[in-house]
Parts: sequence; C-alpha cells; structure tokens
Amino acid sequence: MADIAPLVVQDLHKTFNENEVLKGVSIEAHKGDVISMIGSSGSGKSTFLRCINLLEIPTQGEIIVHGDPIRFTTDKKGNRKPADAQQVERIRARLSMVFQSFNLWSHMTVLENIIEAPIHVLGVKRREAIAKAEHLLDKVGILDRKDYYPAQMSGGQQQRAAIARALAMDPEVMLFDEPTSALDPELVGEVLRVMHSLADEGRTMIVVTHEMAFARDVSTQVVFLHQGVIEEHGSPQKVFDNPDSERMKQFLAPKY
Amino acid sequence: MLDFAGYGPELLKGAWVTMQVAFLSLFLAVALGLLGATAKLSHNPFWKGFATLYTTIIRGVPDLVMMFIIFFGGQQALNIFFEYLYDNYEIDYFINVNEFIAGVITIGFIYGAYMTETFRGAFLAVDNGQIEAGKAYGMSRGQIFLHISFPLMMRHALPGLGNNWQVLLKTTALVSVIGLTDMVRVATEASKAEHAPFKFFIPVVTVYLLLTWISEFIIKKLDAKYSVGVLKH
Repeated sequence: MADIAPLVVQDLHKTFNENEVLKGVSIEAHKGDVISMIGSSGSGKSTFLRCINLLEIPTQGEIIVHGDPIRFTTDKKGNRKPADAQQVERIRARLSMVFQSFNLWSHMTVLENIIEAPIHVLGVKRREAIAKAEHLLDKVGILDRKDYYPAQMSGGQQQRAAIARALAMDPEVMLFDEPTSALDPELVGEVLRVMHSLADEGRTMIVVTHEMAFARDVSTQVVFLHQGVIEEHGSPQKVFDNPDSERMKQFLAPKY
Repeated sequence: MLDFAGYGPELLKGAWVTMQVAFLSLFLAVALGLLGATAKLSHNPFWKGFATLYTTIIRGVPDLVMMFIIFFGGQQALNIFFEYLYDNYEIDYFINVNEFIAGVITIGFIYGAYMTETFRGAFLAVDNGQIEAGKAYGMSRGQIFLHISFPLMMRHALPGLGNNWQVLLKTTALVSVIGLTDMVRVATEASKAEHAPFKFFIPVVTVYLLLTWISEFIIKKLDAKYSVGVLKH
C-alpha cells in the first residue's frame, strides 16, 4: 500500500472583506515531515495554518487529511462553509494545534487540560488518559507542575503543557502557530528543545515561526510566504543558502 | 409572646410560599437568561431581534404592571383561546392561571431579561483563545459550552447574578398584590386585624434578611468555585 500523505493542502485562498490574504498556497506533508512556514508579519502564514483546521474557513482550495478531503458547501449568502460539522470535529481531533498564546484552559489544572480532549473527544478512559498525560508531562519536563493552574506557571512551562496537551491526542499532524513568539527570550530555548525532540521522533509538524535557526536545523521543507504567495519552497539548504527569490534574499539579509 | 396572636403557623406557611416563588422564579430566570444570551450572541438575525425585543419590553415596563397583565390578561387570553377551541373543534379544556403560577411566570420572565444581559456580558468576557482551543481539539459545540464557556463565563456572571437574585427575592413581595398568601400577605392581614404592624412585619423582615444572608454565603462559595485558577492579587 502506498504511503498516504497525512496532510495535503491544494490551492488555498482566503479573503477577508475583499482583502485576499492567501492567493493559492499548496503544501504536501509526508509522514515525518517538518514544514516550517516563514515570512514577515502579514504574509498570511498564521492564516494558512488556521485554515488547515478550519478555525478560518478557506475561500477556495482543498484540504485533505490522510486521504480524507474536507467537504464544503455554500450557505444562502454564497459563503463557503464545511458541509459536515462532525467531519470537521473528527479531522480537528487528528490535527492538534499549539497556539502562540498557549490557550490553556485557565480553570483546569495542567493535568486536567491534558486529559480533557482525550476523554471527551476520543473517548479514552480516565485512568488511561491520566497515565498517558503523566508520561507526556514527564517528557516535556513539567511533571512536577501537573496540579498547577496555567496562571501559576511561566510562559515556557505553559507552552510545554500545551505541547503535552497536543501530543495526548496522538495527532496525525501537529500545527504550531508561532509557539515561541509570546515568550520571554530566555524561555524560548526550553520550548524549541521539546519541539526538536518531537521532530527527531519523526512526528509530522507544520510550524509557523520566526526562529530561523530552528527552521534551518529541524525542517525537511521550508516555505517562504510573501503577501499570500509562496515565494520560495524547498529544503532548508536550498531556501536559506541558495534562494532564487529576491524577496527571500532581502528577508534573510542582516537588518542592521 | 412568640405565637403572633395565633398567626404563627400562617406566617410560616407564607414564608414557605415566598421561598417557593423565589426559587422557581430564579430557576426560570436563569434558564431564560441563558437562552436569551445565546440568542443575542448568535448570528441569526431573527433570534437576535427576538431576544432584544424581549429585554427591551421587560426592562421598560414596571414589574407590577407586568404581573397584572399576566395574571388578569393571561387568564382572559387563555379563556378566549379555549372558547375558540371548544366552539370550533369541540375540544373541552381549561387551564386556571392561579396566583402561584402567574407569580412565578411573571417574576421569572422579568428577571430572565436581566439575566440575559448578565450572561451576555459574561460570555463576551470569556477569552476567545480558550474557546478556539476547544474547537481545535475537535470538541462539539455542546462540549465547548459545558466544559469551557460555561465554567469560564460563570466567574464573570456571578456578581450580576447574585445581585439579580437578591432583587428578585424582594420582588416576590409583589405576589401578595394578586392575592397569593405569601408571608407579606399574611402579615398585612394580621396587622390590620390586630392593629400591630411591627409585631407581624418584623418577622417578615427577619425572614428576608435571613434569606439574603444565606444567599450571600452561597454566592461566595460559588465565586470561589468558579474563580479557580485565577491569581489573587
């Protein structure tokens, strides 16, 4: 049996009030791929990521998760919307997302945050979910914080808890939306180290990031977006050391 | 001294009626408030307009007038409706709008409008990122409401909700006007007969204050429950 790509996005367009933010973006992630999406603010990279799990509804284009294309229909006003809410929930459960501002549930302890979706969405037994959560917290190095509330932890710890929450879903693909952008500089390293170890395990990841060193070291593909269009796409060596696009060269040039 | 000239048992019964009216109205008001807030925050223009009409009308009409309309008008409207059913379809049916039902419906209906506003503001105060996280992990709308929006919203709603409840509790005194024998009515009758207003109204005041005091205690407990995970400064 041929290997089915965990995630294929074809010709994605997104328009906000006549403002076209994405103008036909396609990527294909194979198992174990780490795709870094880089580009300046406003290039559409976060919007692209949010379209993949339908936090934003793409105006046009296909999203295929492990061979299962998301079905769309149009509402009375002619806007595109998902045809089957249950399919969307099923697909979202397989693509777990890590947010820039963590978005941990503030009224739950770290442990409760991690077991919430496995229990209620995947139907995992509570005891199994707890055992797994503790294992994952140990892996990201914050097992001693399991009974803390998010507000009682540093940003780096919160983001590692959020990564453990994402891992608890056994996701097909992990989506990272600028996971280190809201962190103090000295806390960035601890989060990047966890992400690096996930890449080494062969997890499939799409990472929107400003961390160029991380993108260069860890990625299997780098996508450079500029004004909603892919300007440069290829291996990190190709994109960083030998870019074709003038804009990519400018983007990499020393700023001062 | 404490037998209240034989009115003691009556007063106790009246206090029980007051509590029943208060709790049932609260229940109705919270239910209507959650529905109203959901309607106001929905993207459906019909429901949005309907809920806005509801809160506008209720907040603009005095409670007592509303109670008269529902008690007297409600019975008449039902009578006309059932007469129509009987004349045209030979369906013989009758509902009596008694003082108790009219009181609970009126108070629940009025405070549902205030609760709508309380819950609407509280839902708006919930961090949208946490709701998005629920969506991103494949939760259904019902699961997001139950496990995320509702518990997070309650912390913001409780101060307003507690306030509404205490005003609601005092509004129950109005049911004595449409003839329900709550403790206010018993006290009114007794003090007229005995020419001793203090003797009968002081116990009434005591019961209201006692209920208020218990409510404050419960609201404090609820506030602690729903503030979990919030850093105290």
